[in-house]
Amino acid sequence: MISQALLKEFKEKAGQENVFTEKADLVTYSYDAAVLEPVLPGVAIRPASGEALSQIVRLCNENKIPLTVRGAGTNLSGGTIPLRDGVVVLTNALTKILEINEADMYAVVQPGVVTAKLAAAVAAKGLFYPPDPGSQAVSTLGGNVAENAGGLRGLKYGVTRDYVMGIQFFDVNGEIVKTGSRTVKCATGYNLTGLLVGSEGTLGVFNEITLKLIPLPAHQKAMVAVFDNIDKASETVAAIIAHRIVPATLEFMDNFTIRAVEDYSHVGLPTDAAALLLIEVDGYPAQVEEDAEKVELLCRQKGATSIRVAEDAAERDSVWTARRSALSALAKLKPTVVLEDATVPRSRIPDMVRAMQDIAKEYNISIGTFGHAGDGNLHPTILTDRRDKAEWARVEAAIAAIFDKALSMGGTLSGEHGTGLAKSCFLEKETSAATIIYSRKIKTALDPNYILNPGKIIGR
Amino acid sequence: MSDMKELISLMKELEDQVVVCMRCGMCQSVCPLFAETGRESDVARGKLALLDGLMKEMFENPNGVNERLNKCLLCGSCAANCPSGVHVLDIFIKARAVLAGYMGLPAAKRLILRGMLAHPEIFDRLAEWGAKFQNIFTKPVNEAVGTSCARIVSPLIGNRHFRPLAAVPFHQKIPYLNTSPGHSGIKAAFYVGCLMDKIFPHVAQAVIDVLTYHEIGIFMPEHQGCCGIPAISSGDTKTFESLVRHNLEKFEAESFDYLVTPCATCTSTIKKIWTLMVRDDGRGIKERVRKISEKTLDINQFLVKHVGVKPGVLKKDREVISIAYHDPCHLKKSLGLAAEPRALIQANPNYHLKEIPESDRCCGLGGSFNLYYYELSANIGTKKRDHIASSGCSTVATGCPACMIQLSDMLSKAGDRIAVRHPVEIYAESLKP
Repeated sequence: MISQALLKEFKEKAGQENVFTEKADLVTYSYDAAVLEPVLPGVAIRPASGEALSQIVRLCNENKIPLTVRGAGTNLSGGTIPLRDGVVVLTNALTKILEINEADMYAVVQPGVVTAKLAAAVAAKGLFYPPDPGSQAVSTLGGNVAENAGGLRGLKYGVTRDYVMGIQFFDVNGEIVKTGSRTVKCATGYNLTGLLVGSEGTLGVFNEITLKLIPLPAHQKAMVAVFDNIDKASETVAAIIAHRIVPATLEFMDNFTIRAVEDYSHVGLPTDAAALLLIEVDGYPAQVEEDAEKVELLCRQKGATSIRVAEDAAERDSVWTARRSALSALAKLKPTVVLEDATVPRSRIPDMVRAMQDIAKEYNISIGTFGHAGDGNLHPTILTDRRDKAEWARVEAAIAAIFDKALSMGGTLSGEHGTGLAKSCFLEKETSAATIIYSRKIKTALDPNYILNPGKIIGR
Repeated sequence: MSDMKELISLMKELEDQVVVCMRCGMCQSVCPLFAETGRESDVARGKLALLDGLMKEMFENPNGVNERLNKCLLCGSCAANCPSGVHVLDIFIKARAVLAGYMGLPAAKRLILRGMLAHPEIFDRLAEWGAKFQNIFTKPVNEAVGTSCARIVSPLIGNRHFRPLAAVPFHQKIPYLNTSPGHSGIKAAFYVGCLMDKIFPHVAQAVIDVLTYHEIGIFMPEHQGCCGIPAISSGDTKTFESLVRHNLEKFEAESFDYLVTPCATCTSTIKKIWTLMVRDDGRGIKERVRKISEKTLDINQFLVKHVGVKPGVLKKDREVISIAYHDPCHLKKSLGLAAEPRALIQANPNYHLKEIPESDRCCGLGGSFNLYYYELSANIGTKKRDHIASSGCSTVATGCPACMIQLSDMLSKAGDRIAVRHPVEIYAESLKP
């Protein structure tokens, strides 16, 4: 329990109006977007300055109270589910874009800046922040860095990790630690930036993040290829990569997803198609045209029944509207949606797609598969009703089977959603017992009281 | 208070709708209230989690949940953008009714809803008196917008700049109409709406002018009642149902093809909330409601889709006025009407329509939300005002009298000289010589 004296100190540091203790507020910070049980925190605090943030971290450590930092709470692996009676620290009052440096192409942000807002702000200056997780309209950059979020552009542009130049964060004592720099090259000290990216709030609390920006691509071309056989589609993905073409996005949709999207958004998708590939190439106009031609040819060689190239911006938008509505469309079919992101080396996409179909059949559940085929990161989406106990047991077994399959192909449990609570018990399977012990030693050294989002990633 | 168990069992009727929320949090990107406060209990996901918690017996009393559930504009931005298709407004309105039934109405709401609104004739009388005496307490403040403010410190008015009650409400000017259609062959019932009647009678007049011009037969019964939205959004099912019955009786006296209203909120209420919230009385009331709601159309939609607007001729002796348009939530998000009011404005060549950024962002009024949370309401409204002012327009049109009140307050307080009008007025102007 949090003592009245400590609450008083929180209020002094963060301001009376920024400390929430009523149950009806705490319930709203007990969950995130993962399908897991909610956990009620003891207090939620919304600091409005880095100074207040640092003091809260220090107070939590001194009082040995667990602390979970929360951005938009869109996490899909339970990383923002707090500990019982613990502290939730909200970053959504820390929303300043501190600097956009056009000459040196970087931006410095507070952790609560919404991803899409930064992307729009830099695009207005002709610059590009590529990571575009599905939740970018609400997700925060602090959350993206803590989870190493991905998105549709991972194939060509990489993920959040590839854009973090440096982080200024608070250690458990509320002291400032500085990693990285504003320079393209930086060879000083340990690579603490690398350690902190994807650490899910277990090693430090971000105060400022320096992000790399690149020039906006001059030209894009999008197309949709239709296949009457799912293997042909996934083999085309492998073929495009094998031919050394790197599209900005290379997305896959199975028939189940196509039908759901078409029922929902009526964008004119062929509902009899076994699979679709949605492809976009970008860069200099001449190179874009050449790449687009090669991709089109490959699609045809691999047996695409038709290919539609978007002729203008409106057609291009309709392609990506269809893709973006995939999760929404699937979500409407059943009350509970489990969105997985097990990822395989990209050459294994055909095997992984087949495996999803087999698993759906074996466990007698509905799985819609879509996702970032080009980078091996599919989203098998399980549709169920958690209140149906028997089916839920089959779903849990199917999730374990998906993980086993991905690992057997040399893949990973999570391409972009993080380990959190949902996958922490599977982590040893992917790594080794020694890896967990090594990670726990780091955790113990940096956070001896285990107050920083304990239980996530490496268990307890 | 009655037994918590009973409340929980009533709430459980909403369970199938509440579980559809997958907690993705996308509502945070569109909720105008969350943009101000950043508090999860202000956004749909948080409120749905609270209702879920109430059902799961997490609360000893419903006070905290009730307070947060009522802190909502009911603008429907969340529902319109929900990936899972959660019927957020249906859930919130039903939950408010359940909670108000359990906790009782606050005294002030009880007095206003049951003492005044439930009795259309008393409401009319009070408003007429108010119109006579308002000048004692208030004075004009911005004649371009047409607003007044308090002469003396008033806790009720605060620092609002409001559109005063009309000296002569519409129902006094024209109490009753029943005309036959001309060449159009269409007979339309005209539901005026309280705000149009009492504050904007010139808009109601414009509706009559336009319908008359197009030779549409008009049926306008006497003593029309409020559509019931203030009652049902406060959870007052009793007043709501009595108003629905009152209006049904008035309008069933004559047969007509369509029921039209110039108020986005009334249209949306009759079409959606009446059908959702009126309980079966064993005497066929649901069927009566269904019939009338099927015929109900927003005036913009009626004119553009069912009558056909007549493109006006440029009046060269008058200047061309730049006009902005604000999408009322109850037109765009609730009924999907955005092109029609614009088409009506564009039919008048003396106006040049300029789009403003985020034209469909809520103006922040939200009915009684404005009374309980004026500062938040004004902060949200100020963003709308900034967008309108940045357009350089001298007029802004919108299809909802509640939005007109909020825009007037915000523009007037900022000292803008921008008139606030209804699209049907703009169209009516072009039909006049």
